[in-house]
Order: sequence, then C-alpha cells, then structure tokens
Amino acid sequence: MKELMLGNKAIARGLYEAGCRVISSYPGTPSTEITEEAAKYDEIYCEWAPNEKVALEAAHGATLGGVRSASAMKHVGLNVAADPLFTISYQGLNAGLVICVADDPGMHSSQNEQDSRHYAEAAKVPMLEPSDSEECILFTKKAFELSEKYNTPVLIKTCTRVAHSQSVVETGERVVPAQVPYVKDPTKVMMTANSRNAHVRVEKRTKDLIALAEDCNFNRVEMGDTSVGIITSSTSYQYAKEIFGEKASILKLGMIYPLPEKLILDFAAKVDKLIVLEELDPFIENHCRRLGLSVVGKDTFPICGEFSQNLIRSCLGMKTVPSVKLEDEIPLRPPVMCAGCPHRGVFYVLKKHNIMVYGDIGCYTLGAIAPLNSMDLNVCMGASCSGLHGFNKAMGKEGEKKSVGVIGDSTFIHSGITGITDISYNMTNSTVIILDNSITGMTGHQQNPTTGKNLRGEPAGKVDLEALCKALGYRRIRVVDPYNMAEVETALLEELEAEEPSIIISRRPCVMIKGTVHKPPIEVNKDKCVGCKACMKIGCPAISVQNGKVQIDATLCIGCKVCSQMCKFKALPQYDGEEA
Amino acid sequence: MSTKNIMIVGVGGQGTLLASKMLGYVLLNQGYDVKVSEVHGMSQRGGSVVTYVRYGEKVYSPVIDKGEADVILSFEKLEAARWLEYLKPGGKMIVNTQEMEPMPVITGAKVYPDNLVEKMQAAGADVDARDFLALANEAGSSKAVNIALMGRLSVYFPEISDEKWQEAIVANVPPRFLELNKKAFELGRNA
Repeated sequence: MKELMLGNKAIARGLYEAGCRVISSYPGTPSTEITEEAAKYDEIYCEWAPNEKVALEAAHGATLGGVRSASAMKHVGLNVAADPLFTISYQGLNAGLVICVADDPGMHSSQNEQDSRHYAEAAKVPMLEPSDSEECILFTKKAFELSEKYNTPVLIKTCTRVAHSQSVVETGERVVPAQVPYVKDPTKVMMTANSRNAHVRVEKRTKDLIALAEDCNFNRVEMGDTSVGIITSSTSYQYAKEIFGEKASILKLGMIYPLPEKLILDFAAKVDKLIVLEELDPFIENHCRRLGLSVVGKDTFPICGEFSQNLIRSCLGMKTVPSVKLEDEIPLRPPVMCAGCPHRGVFYVLKKHNIMVYGDIGCYTLGAIAPLNSMDLNVCMGASCSGLHGFNKAMGKEGEKKSVGVIGDSTFIHSGITGITDISYNMTNSTVIILDNSITGMTGHQQNPTTGKNLRGEPAGKVDLEALCKALGYRRIRVVDPYNMAEVETALLEELEAEEPSIIISRRPCVMIKGTVHKPPIEVNKDKCVGCKACMKIGCPAISVQNGKVQIDATLCIGCKVCSQMCKFKALPQYDGEEA
Repeated sequence: MSTKNIMIVGVGGQGTLLASKMLGYVLLNQGYDVKVSEVHGMSQRGGSVVTYVRYGEKVYSPVIDKGEADVILSFEKLEAARWLEYLKPGGKMIVNTQEMEPMPVITGAKVYPDNLVEKMQAAGADVDARDFLALANEAGSSKAVNIALMGRLSVYFPEISDEKWQEAIVANVPPRFLELNKKAFELGRNA
C-alpha cells in the first residue's frame, strides 16, 4: 500500500524491515522521530540513552551481542559520539550497525550548521544519503547489508528537509536475521598491534568501498541534455530535478562516502559544463577538484543556509518568479516560553539582579529572548557548568558572586555531571541552577534518567539529582519552586554569597506534560489595574494590554501566578505560595 | 499537470501539522504524488510556523518558494501578511481573522499592523478572510479551528468529493472529537 511517510518515520520503517532489534539514541531535532517511531514496533527494543556517546556504545555493544542495531542523533550529537565512532570503525561488529545522523542546514533548531559528511571521511565509515522517504527505507535496509558485508558501521545522513518531509513510500515485510553467536576474539581488544592491524584493514575496506561506489544502486546517472551536468545528492537532487527536469544530465550520489572516481570522470566527460549542487560545505566539489575537474560549485552557491529552487535559480542567473510584499513592517514572531513555563520566574530573577548567565541547550535557551534577555552565553550541551568554572577561574570573586550556570535536567545528565565535577574538584565557588522540569522539553517531551520512566513511559530507574550532586562533592544543594520568585531570589543571593560551590535545583514539571495539573486561569481586577505593564516584564504570551488595562488570555493561562508577584496594585490575584 | 503548491501557515501550537497531515492524506487518496514539508522543534513554541504541501503527477522539491504558492491557508492574520510574498500573483489567500500578538508587540517594541486584509487585497491577493475561530467555537471547541479552515480550503478543490474529505477527517482526528471536527469542517466549508 502506498502511504505518505515522514523521512524519519521511513528510516524507522527501514530499521524495522531490516530486522533491527536494538536502538539506543539521544533526542535531537531533526532526528528525534526516528527512535520514537521505531519504538512503536514491539519487536524493536528502543531506549533514550543519557547522551549520544553512550547511545552509540550501547548500540555497538548490541551488535557485538549479535543483533542488528542502530543509533540516531542530530549533527551535533555526532560530535559527542565521535569518540566511539572512530574506534568502532576499526574494531568492527558482529552484526549490522547503522548510525543515523540528521543535519540542520538553515539551523531551524540548532546552534550550528556543521556538515556531518566530514565525519564519514574522518572516521573512514561509509555514508548513505537518502533524498526522500522512499530512499530512507531502502537505504536503511541496504545499510545493514553493507555494514555486515564490509564489517563497518554505516552512517545514514539526512537533513531537515528529508527528515521532516513526508513523501510517498511502499512498505515491505520485516525479515530478522538469526542472532550471531558471540565468540571471544583476542584481536578485538583495541591496543597497539591489534589497532595497527585494524587500521590496515580499514584502509583496505575503503578501497573496496570505492570500487563498490563505482557501480552500485546508490549512485545513478540520469542522462538528459548534455550541455549541463549536475552532480548532486540529498534534497539538492530534488531541487535540480525541479529546476532542470530533462534539461540537464544528473549524477545522483546516494553513497556520499567514499565517493566514486571513474563514475564521476566518465560523467564529466559526457557533459559540457559541470555543476556540483550540495548544501553546506564543498564536500563533493573538493573531491571533483582532486580528480582534476573544473566545476561550478561554492563560487556560485552559498555555503551558509538551506537551498531552495529560487535560490539556485538566482545563483545561476536564471529567471525567478515575481512576488508581492506589503509595505508594513511585519513584526517577527520568535518562539517563546509557554504560558506557565516554570523557567520564566527564574530568568526574571536572574535579570533583576543582572547576573551573568551561562546557559545551555534546551527550551530555556529562550531565556535569551526579549523581554527576559537573561542569557549571556551558550555553546553546547553541558558547557554551562564547565564554561562557568573556567569563567570564574579567570574572574575570581567578581565572577563567582555575579554569575550562574543554567542547565535543564536532561542536558545535565547528558553532559553537565562532568562539568559540575570540574567545579567541585578544582574548586570555584560557582553556582549552577538545574532547571528540573521532569522532561526533555524542546525535542517534544522525551523521558530521561531523572524522570523515572523509560522511552515507552514504563517505570524505570531514576537518578536522584540531590544525592548525585552530594556524591560529587557538593554540600550546598537546595531545591526551590520556580513559581515562588521570592524563594528563588533568596536562594540565588545566598548561594552566590556562599564561599563554596552550590547547586540550586529549580523543580517543577513542564506545563505541557500530559497530566500536569493546571489551575484555572487568573482574572484581572480591572478597577485596580493601572496599566503599568510591570506584569509584562516576565514575557508571558498570555498577557497583553487592551485599552490601557492588562488582559489575560484564558485559553493560555494555567494560573501559575508568576505575573501576580510582579503586580504592586493587587490587580492580579495574590500568590500565597501554594502549589499550582 | 504541473505541480500545485499549498502553504499552511500559523503560530506554533495552532494545529497546523494536523491540517497538513489531513491535506496530504486527501491528495494522496486522490491519486496525486504528494510531498509535505514541515519544521519541528524550536518554532513549535509559539513561533511562526509553515508547512509546504505540494502535489501533482511527480513532485520533486519539498519546499515552496516566494511567488510559487497557489493557495495559502493562514491560521492567523499577521502570519498571512508575513507569508504573502510566497503567494503567486493573484493566488488565493484564506485567512483566519484571529489576531495573536507576537512577543515584540506584547512588549510594545513593535505594533500589530492594521487593515491587513485590505492591504493584502490591494496587493493583488485573492483574499478569503473569515473568523474561523468563531466557527470552531460554534462547533464546540476553539481547538477545531484547524479543521474549520480545512473545510474552507476544501471549497477550492472541486475535483475532490466530500466523501474523501470526510474519510480524511476520520483518519486523522481522535474518535472522541470526530463529531465536533466534522461540524467544524462543515461550518468552514459553508462559511
């Protein structure tokens, strides 16, 4: 049966049909749905690991145990998983291992725009790049065959427009290979002589894979008009077909590492002008130049951002379609923290005291946006803790008394634990606030080791944050309710003053978690409201001003009363410290 | 036939993803090749969101570019104005007249422009503006605004039978909200 399927769901379907039995991943846009969709098949064990390195090691461990396994992550997640990746490439497997990595050109939901293809080359691991959902299924299944035949992990690389686009697929049956028995093999220990031999094997493997790339189903030539030849892959292939149809010849590369040589040279010889169409870095282009070819590439198309049909047309000097625009300035609509978000009050207090905030990766990154403007920095998962430590080593007391790290529960487990260990071990009097909202929020509510539930929502082990921090050498650990801004403020000021490192756990579940109890929306006493807009300084989307008086959007308000604590005129119902 | 382009735009959380899923379902069922492209993640938190739906004999690019949309279905007025550039000259703009203030307007840094429907008409768009939120409320829930808008969109597909739209509603909304959504669809279609 034909059906419309999201690219990520199609990868999950490919994993299912290939008989994959274990998947260990960490959520990250635009890769998250791969694991969520795979988890809907009872036949596949799926888990959220604490981070991508752990996930890849767990998936690799499962292949050593003899079953086909996979791990999925976003592009920056592969940085975290790079350490095992490079050595798994040497050590090999006992059953197929597929690693799905999703890039985010245009940075719809990412902090950088790195090009994951470089990892394939650097780790000497083959990489397949599907261009639609149908290829997502097909390539994922083929990846397991390649993985087992060549004894290598295989990367499946997508981008946002493949991962989050639905296109038509036909599904097949699941075929499960028999579990391969584990046999002790002394050459699997990656040290000295074994590693040297493994490296030789890897170099030979790459040569074999290049031979495969010359003649395989992943790479195909579509001859049309020969005045222009386009070498392309992924979503860029779709744009090329959209623009040129039969008016150009196309070499579509589905295997992006290693790249073929003879196939490219033969194609180049058949066309008058050669264009390499690829998003982000000149990866295919550099390969072509190494082969001595002259190509139109990043001299014409941008390295930054996503492509589209019009962008490519205008880069090539082709006609684009006209469009109209209003003269009015259309105000931007940036994403905002939800009404009732437990992070809001914390950021307001930090802003009020002009604290340097080293933030982290998650919904709370929105604390950087107006009107809170309360985040100075962020880099990558966990940097709020380690980066703050370094900052305070440089700044001394001046830094320690006026700075905090802010990190969410899932991010803390991912990469914050080692950072706060640096603080306690190497001794800065740093203060870290863990925003514990009992969920991984930004990626769409995934469970994590602090929630007490597993990926499927079943009871699971639970990390005790207070006990963990204590074990890591902290004596000053306090838990606050972020709806109580006075409590947050007192804790913050006392911990900044303290002559030892501190952890403040701001604990309240995300309001968007199913089952979180909401209070009724609050009502404004219009007689008392003077329209001073003090309550609007917290940036709640439920609050606006109409005719000089504040009004509350009852469809959004969940009665948290953080705004009430801003009102000096008692126009909003008083907050009396109760549980919302 | 050449590829047709429909954009569904709105504010994160308004149910645009369900609408695009339902539209994709109908078009596939009608025998077209279809691509639907959406963005998840950060923008879902109350930001401006857009979904591209393309259909025809064979669809390649998953995205719609400026000046290419045959129809834009906008869940909110300011969002209609924001994405107007993507409409083909003379293309159809279906607008829910609901106003949702973005944060820069709430904080007073920017103003919500007035008379947007008239201005879009003056710019040459074929605007079909109605209060779909009121229709959704009439059907029983403000959350059904997406299905009320789909009802209006269905008017512009004479080739697709009412039966197929009904089938798509059944396939895409939870059974306990089925009657409510069917009513919202009907109200939108006959608006």
